Amino acid sequence: MARCNYKRAWEALRAAFPLTLPVLAGFGFLGIAYGVLMQGAGLGAGWTFLLSFFVYAGSIQYAALMLFSAPFNPLGAFVLTLTVNARHVFYGLSTLDKLNSAGKIKPYLIFGLSDEAFSLICAHQPPQGVDAGLFMFVIVFLCRLYWIAASVCGALLGSLLTFSTKGLDFALTAMFVVIFSEQWQEKANRISLAVGAGCSLVSLIIFGPNNFLIPAMILILPALILSSQHVVGDELK
Amino acid sequence: MKNMLTNSELVMTITIIAGGTLLTRFLPFIFFPSVQKVPPVLQRLQNLLPGAAIGLLVVYSLRDLNFLEGNRGLPEILAVGAVLLLERAFKQPLLSIALGTALYMLLLQRVLV
Repeated sequence: MARCNYKRAWEALRAAFPLTLPVLAGFGFLGIAYGVLMQGAGLGAGWTFLLSFFVYAGSIQYAALMLFSAPFNPLGAFVLTLTVNARHVFYGLSTLDKLNSAGKIKPYLIFGLSDEAFSLICAHQPPQGVDAGLFMFVIVFLCRLYWIAASVCGALLGSLLTFSTKGLDFALTAMFVVIFSEQWQEKANRISLAVGAGCSLVSLIIFGPNNFLIPAMILILPALILSSQHVVGDELK
Repeated sequence: MKNMLTNSELVMTITIIAGGTLLTRFLPFIFFPSVQKVPPVLQRLQNLLPGAAIGLLVVYSLRDLNFLEGNRGLPEILAVGAVLLLERAFKQPLLSIALGTALYMLLLQRVLV
């Protein structure tokens, strides 16, 4: 039995690990850069570990540096967290089916549902014979591991880095673009991809890079409902 | 940016950030603990939301693009173009991502500084 579980875990790891390599590159850079910034703010590896382990959300961890360098403001911290992370609600709503059928590891998967883990889980079905829950577990576990390890490394030895890794974080953008392009091949996905990108773009132009997320989400929901009615109508014809 | 908070203020701030993040991640699952309880409107959205979220993520990851200043977003535009072309041509996601990222780093560090 133990041997059997071991084999299943190994198969899930073999299927999921290659998919996480772009995240390794992107988190490697972003995590190290974050650790270096934390060290620069006078907060060393210990605080960096605490944040990366318990929060595990890159954009709010970067934003939190502003909170630490200003007077104590608990309400401000809470509002900023909800604003920056509101997009997580979308990830949850998009993966209700997949995660609700994951059994005991469901809370762990939800806790680790970062942008990157979400997009990988969305884009990839486990190969034939690989357990779906284990497959998602490995994706979430590895992404978390990369982030925690990279940020702590950055805080420990960031100032010793001599070669320039500037621009390595583009790996994450490239990964999102590739997933977008893969999904675009399926005609049925095109409306939702276009609605998501289009509404976000409109919102970005109107509200700017720091405030566009929540208006974008508010715009996307009715736009999707309208387009889904359109699609259903077409199917009936 | 230097830290101005005492240790206990830091612990409180981190707890609030961790709690807020947990809330945004768990909220949909608290409302809809099983698939059956999901209202029909949302069930229809279920198939469309993942695509929309991916579209949002692409824009989100490029949100700091500035066409008017500095390098005018050229490294991003060229690298995204390269990723799309490579993906079209070879259908090897890792290859597209690796070469696109290498091109971006080259442009950013050496060409369009």
